[in-house]
Amino acid sequence: MSAQNLYLLIALAPLATAVVAGLFGTGFLGSWLGRRGSHMLTILGVAVSFAGSLLVLQQVLDGQTFEGTVYTWSLIGSVKFEIGFLIDPLTALMMVVVTSVSLMVHIYTIGYMSDDPGYQRFFSYISLFTFSMLMLVMSNNMLQLFFGWEAVGLVSYLLIGFYYGRPSAVFANLKAFMVNRVGDFGFVLGIGLLYAYTGSLNYAEVFAQVERLSGLLFPGTEWHLLTVACLALFVGAMGKSAQAPLHVWLPDSMEGPTPISALIHAATMVTAGIFMVARFSPVFEMSPTALSVIIVIGAIGALFLGILGVVQNDIKRVVAYSTLSQLGYMTVALGASAYPVAIFHLMTHAFFKALLFLGAGSVILGMHHDQDMRHMGGLRKYMPITWITMLIGTLALVGTPFFSGFYSKEHIIEAAGAANVWGASFAYYATLCGVFVTSLYSFRLYFLVFHGKERFDTVHGPAHVHHDEGRTLAAHGHDAHGDHGHDDHHGGGLPKESPWVVTLPLALLAVMSVVAGVWFIDPLLFDGYFGQAITVASHHPAMAELAHEWHGWVAFALHGFTSVPFLLLLAGFVVAWYCWLVNPSVPAALARSLAPVYRLLDNKYYFDWFNENVIARFARALGRGLWQGGDRGLIDGLIINGSARLVGAAASAARLLQSGYIYHYAFAMIIGIMVFLTFFVLMVH
Amino acid sequence: MSFDTVLFYLLAIVLVVAAFRVITATSPVTGVLHLILTFFTASMMWMLIQAEFLALVLVIVYVGAVMVLFLFVVMMLDMRTEGLKQGLKVYLPLGLTIGGIMVLEMAFVLLRSWGDAPALPVPADDFDNTLALGTAMYTQYAYAVEIGGVVLLVGMICAIALTLRKRGDYKRTDPGKQVRVRAADRVRLVSMPAQVETADAQSEGAQK
Amino acid sequence: MTIGLSHYLIVGAILFAMGVFGFFLNRRNLIVLLMSIELILLAANMNFVAFSIGSGDPAGQIFVFFVLTVAAAEAAIGLAILVLLFRNLSTINVDKLDQLKG
Repeated sequence: MSAQNLYLLIALAPLATAVVAGLFGTGFLGSWLGRRGSHMLTILGVAVSFAGSLLVLQQVLDGQTFEGTVYTWSLIGSVKFEIGFLIDPLTALMMVVVTSVSLMVHIYTIGYMSDDPGYQRFFSYISLFTFSMLMLVMSNNMLQLFFGWEAVGLVSYLLIGFYYGRPSAVFANLKAFMVNRVGDFGFVLGIGLLYAYTGSLNYAEVFAQVERLSGLLFPGTEWHLLTVACLALFVGAMGKSAQAPLHVWLPDSMEGPTPISALIHAATMVTAGIFMVARFSPVFEMSPTALSVIIVIGAIGALFLGILGVVQNDIKRVVAYSTLSQLGYMTVALGASAYPVAIFHLMTHAFFKALLFLGAGSVILGMHHDQDMRHMGGLRKYMPITWITMLIGTLALVGTPFFSGFYSKEHIIEAAGAANVWGASFAYYATLCGVFVTSLYSFRLYFLVFHGKERFDTVHGPAHVHHDEGRTLAAHGHDAHGDHGHDDHHGGGLPKESPWVVTLPLALLAVMSVVAGVWFIDPLLFDGYFGQAITVASHHPAMAELAHEWHGWVAFALHGFTSVPFLLLLAGFVVAWYCWLVNPSVPAALARSLAPVYRLLDNKYYFDWFNENVIARFARALGRGLWQGGDRGLIDGLIINGSARLVGAAASAARLLQSGYIYHYAFAMIIGIMVFLTFFVLMVH
Repeated sequence: MSFDTVLFYLLAIVLVVAAFRVITATSPVTGVLHLILTFFTASMMWMLIQAEFLALVLVIVYVGAVMVLFLFVVMMLDMRTEGLKQGLKVYLPLGLTIGGIMVLEMAFVLLRSWGDAPALPVPADDFDNTLALGTAMYTQYAYAVEIGGVVLLVGMICAIALTLRKRGDYKRTDPGKQVRVRAADRVRLVSMPAQVETADAQSEGAQK
Repeated sequence: MTIGLSHYLIVGAILFAMGVFGFFLNRRNLIVLLMSIELILLAANMNFVAFSIGSGDPAGQIFVFFVLTVAAAEAAIGLAILVLLFRNLSTINVDKLDQLKG
């Protein structure tokens, strides 16, 4: 088939299956499709996309790229809105990542959501998400990028609030959507600015004019135009990829089911921002200020958000803060002009973070939907496959040599060290310290869950925190466990290994977590895989430095055993082993003695407090003020009712003239004549 | 002081006093009679300046017809009128003000030409006022004469139509209703079996 | 002094003032209302005749003729209305005619 048809098939197959499953599986227009039909259809759609993506990757490796418009949506004067595809190495890589992780998650969901009433709806949504993400990465113009951007935000909203009967889920999905909106505001401004000065939404046309634009100033200020545009675009990336301070939605998004935490909030949607900056590399390379901002914000996220992961008790939240931290790493790589490294880390992170999330989901299944790590422990006896795969994922995350995460993270740290933008040295030290922090929380999670004393019987204690993500529509109170209707709860059954539909994706992802680094690092970073897709300016030396230091993957790994990051990794391992396995009273004692620090961390640096009490309250007060004062008082009261009252008052006054007596009317006439007479007499004479 | 002047002032005083008595009359009949006096005096004033046609027309038409009409109406209707006193107290100042302003303004205009007031020209002896008027009216203003006639006709019809009272004791046909009649309102056709003479009936009839 | 144009005009003005004065002064008598109107018309006629004789143009007097015509018609209709009013209200008190009150 022709190239264009192939791309259309890849993009539209998930959409078609999502629509069919959504309309005919959920009972909206009928439910003849059923549960089995829904999942088989949507998995078929995603599998087709995955196969197509592999085919596209092979074509791209052979040098066949594509750039063209498929459909002109609207043509207004000289403004063209088009749907088109740009298939180049970057796109092909993203497509493979997205579809492969999506396929894993689809298969996983068969087991994870098997007793959920919204089963078909879930499959429809995740297929819809796959379509949106594919449209985002395959687009060749900013409008389609924005469409994909918004669509993934929408599906994220739908999925975070999947259990719509729960107020916390509704709060979380609104929060995600609104914080995303703030980012999108900046994003649209950036797109608009670029469009205003280039007259086109198409990437190729915009990038061709970047040289000309680099000399222009933003009107009315001393700022370079491209700096302003890049900062605006990066605001969008901050919202979507959860950089500080727009990161607040990601931990709350754990209210959604675990498969979507893996798919959307680890592997794909949050990487859309990273992808966007890499795609716009020709523009960002022209603005050192924007790169400085990017690297600093990334570094802040990498270090400080990782620290928050150390004090969380919910297993999913630890992985969520880990995601935030790793996104910070990717952003640091972008700021250091090492775009290929960022994309490489994106890919490896997609695999091991999805693995960690799905593994956490498996643990949760085994714990009968209890997510509190303080009630776990010693699970390696009961869930061996989950244990092994989670161990592999953890080792990949912390950057153990030979695992995939090691290659990507090490190169990020080295790139930060080699970069010459302002703030690069801060980023270098931040990412270095981040290795220790990452190791700390990762091994803390590992030891608390899989090793140590079994704490299942502490669930009836006073500090019982019950995170139940199982029952969708029944609003249940948090009293004792009698209202659940299933008998193998908490004190009842011991954890057991999850079904094969759950553990198979875990195994596949574990394999990828190990080999992806070794297989892909040479082509991606050093053999020019990305070619024309990514532009690195010659005055940003990071990539050149990395290439200079590269002597092959074995040498790099062996060298890694003696480098500073590895020592920090070991330090984190030892501290975690001591604090949570050997002497569990140490963390509590530390928390008591460093109480203010602990409080700061517990309140997540007061970001949420600030958002809720300052921003939200201000917005509500503004709305109320405008409603009472502006709408009711001014518009309704003064203008609308006021004009009516004015007419009434004037009419009442005028009515006094209508006495009904003809002599009054005649008198009025006479007075009129007198006025005229006086006028004439005085004027003429 | 020529006779004309004396006569003019005499007539003027009578005119003003009579007009005042018109508006301050206690009974309507008094008012009408004073109005008649006013018109007579005005007529005489016009005669003084040799507008004899109009002077006589005023007497014949206005006094003779319109004032008589007034008298008819006043005497026909049994009108009870209270005095003028109540209205006076409230409205007198305002009325005096307006009237005063009016007179002052007109006087102001006229006083400017008081000194060089031209005497009214005396027409030639053989100047026939009536003939001059008639000639002008039936040649130059013939159209206006026709319209005047129509106005009077319309006024007459209007006055009659307003006050006409119908008698209720006679029968009249309403042609509109007659024309709107339908056959179904007057005639009803009924279908009946035909009457046939039987032989018995015939013979019986013949026997009897 | 000789009687001139202005004398007649002043007389006309006084008559006019009387008519207006009488029009809104009386409240009790519709007949006097109509008579005041006649006075106003008479004042206008006086002016017309004076100016006509003063300028030698017969058009002024012809106009008086027509004013007389119209005044007659108006008086007739006015009286017809008066009669109707009296039939319905049994009074000619102008103060009672206030159905047009807003």
